[in-house]
Amino acid sequence: MNAAELIEGRRICICVGGGGVGKTTTSAALAVGMAARGLKVAVVTIDPARRLANALGLEELGNEPRLVAPDRLPGIELRGELWAMMLDPKRTFDDLIDRVAPSPERAEEIKQNGVYRQLSSAVSGSQEFTAIEKLYELAEADYDLLVLDTPPAHNAVEFLSAPGRLTAFLGGGALQALLRPSGIGMRLLGLGAAPVLAALKLVTGVDLVSDLTAFFTLLGGMTEEFNARAARVEQLLGATDTAFVLVSSAQDRPIDEAIRFRETLRRDELPFVGAIVNRVNQPLPAAAPERGAEASLPQDDVPGLPPELATRVLACAADHAVLAQRDRANIERLRAAFAGEPILQVPDFSADVHDIEGLLAIHRVLFR
Amino acid sequence: MIFVTGKGGVGKTTVALALGLAGAHAGRRTIVADLGGIGDQAEVQVAPGLFRISVDPQSAMEEYLSVKVPGPAAAALRGSRLFQSFAMATPGMRELLCMGKLWELAQFERRTPDADAYDLVIVDAPASGHGAALLRTPRTFAEIARVGPIAHQARTIADTIADPVFTAVVAVSTAEEMPVNETLELRDALATATDPLELERVILNGRYPDRFGAADAELLSAAREASPQPAAVPVLDVALAEHHRAALQQLQERRLRAEFGERLQVLPYLFTPSVELPQLELLATELAR
Repeated sequence: MNAAELIEGRRICICVGGGGVGKTTTSAALAVGMAARGLKVAVVTIDPARRLANALGLEELGNEPRLVAPDRLPGIELRGELWAMMLDPKRTFDDLIDRVAPSPERAEEIKQNGVYRQLSSAVSGSQEFTAIEKLYELAEADYDLLVLDTPPAHNAVEFLSAPGRLTAFLGGGALQALLRPSGIGMRLLGLGAAPVLAALKLVTGVDLVSDLTAFFTLLGGMTEEFNARAARVEQLLGATDTAFVLVSSAQDRPIDEAIRFRETLRRDELPFVGAIVNRVNQPLPAAAPERGAEASLPQDDVPGLPPELATRVLACAADHAVLAQRDRANIERLRAAFAGEPILQVPDFSADVHDIEGLLAIHRVLFR
Repeated sequence: MIFVTGKGGVGKTTVALALGLAGAHAGRRTIVADLGGIGDQAEVQVAPGLFRISVDPQSAMEEYLSVKVPGPAAAALRGSRLFQSFAMATPGMRELLCMGKLWELAQFERRTPDADAYDLVIVDAPASGHGAALLRTPRTFAEIARVGPIAHQARTIADTIADPVFTAVVAVSTAEEMPVNETLELRDALATATDPLELERVILNGRYPDRFGAADAELLSAAREASPQPAAVPVLDVALAEHHRAALQQLQERRLRAEFGERLQVLPYLFTPSVELPQLELLATELAR
């Protein structure tokens, strides 16, 4: 199976996985491959390597997809269109406020609020939230396929839980009621509210409570819009034409992580299509067992390879075989955790993959 | 307290454990704390003098409430889903709770009942950007909340983190371009923070051996061209690929060396099926040098 078959017929492809597994380059390679097949594709990258960003012409800001000139991708014939962008979380957050605020003045007030500023610029949570927000926004446009790279979290599950936490905060009608003195919500909440509010002040400090109150007062009726959006996003993520693709490397921990993430996707009933495992050490082609790699080494019949060098070459090959064996065992472990979904393997290229050559190398393997 | 951070996938957890083992061997009661919340949330002994704990905001919150809030209010809060979801969603609160727990682990007077003090707390921290943000959280929170017990607590934690006698940050990198870039960015981010910190050490993890020199590589290429035995070709390719990778790594190691000099420490790539205690022992020995 190749990557085109993996995500065929899907409108949204979300690449998830732990940090350092080549998610960004893989996302871009998927987008290139599908654009080459004639689709109009947009890829949203998060914090791409500078060289990759430059190669795709992403250096300009704008927070909107831009058409990638076909000549930036040597050797690829783009029958469709490739659009690419680099996510700007703060900007996406601000745009969202502009969109849902009842007036520009209110939007401005919110953007000046201390709690909002903290919320929208916090490293953890805001990338995840805004990535999903951007996806939602672009899903309304006329792309055939959206490919979303996801933020580098310490665990992949964070990508699914963080946006919900932020939405719960923004859309927390109950919280508003709690913070509004003598509001009807207070009475409705009954026993809990008064001591909770008192304790909240005790624990967090009065100033924080008043800042939050100010923030939620500004949000006013907008919380309903946040909740409605969250519900539509949830629909989008669970839709039958959405595909979650797990990206991993073949080492122990990333594979553990991938297995955990697979379980989360299954629990949340999200559409999972398969995995792409990068940097797989390939086994040496099996020499006849009675001969082994050693016997086939050109020690005697190739002039210029002294025995001492041959010994080092053998040690290197033996070490490599251990890694290939490890990778194979890990991929089998991953396969056992899957319900038959395919696993595409990308070999280790013994070089950095964070540039256009790396992207094209991964693309060649995925779409062969 | 040592915070171990670096780009995703560089082996932070392995290095944190190896540092922990080195600490335990030096006779210091050591705990390695991760923030995944996936492992055991109690302090568990894993080797003589070495403990592990997985810190998560939820249990940190419950522990904090039971210690800090008097009487029935604590129970009301613990039982209140409203409060829980509110607290967890408040920007920075989760990070602050985790930092609070880590800080508590490093106190000689533990607030956890019957808990002994540690000489060394090693934090298997999130990746660079998130790691630096985590370190900033107490100060940020103290400024937002201004007054009240949390502000007070946050300020105390922030002051300890800012104290280089108490806190060190160690960056882990591999000898590849992106992780090295991130290490340099981390150094700059820490240096320009409100409470500037310096990278105590940079650990280059997974350095490939320089098994073949340039002359060797020429011989290998020649042999590959001339080889009449197809089975020998992939073996030679593996050797040439390793040579190529080692050469690239050398460039990146030089970049780090130029910036960090003696503060750079190199750990070898381990060609083993997995990293277990014997491999960690090996790395701990390297680190203790």
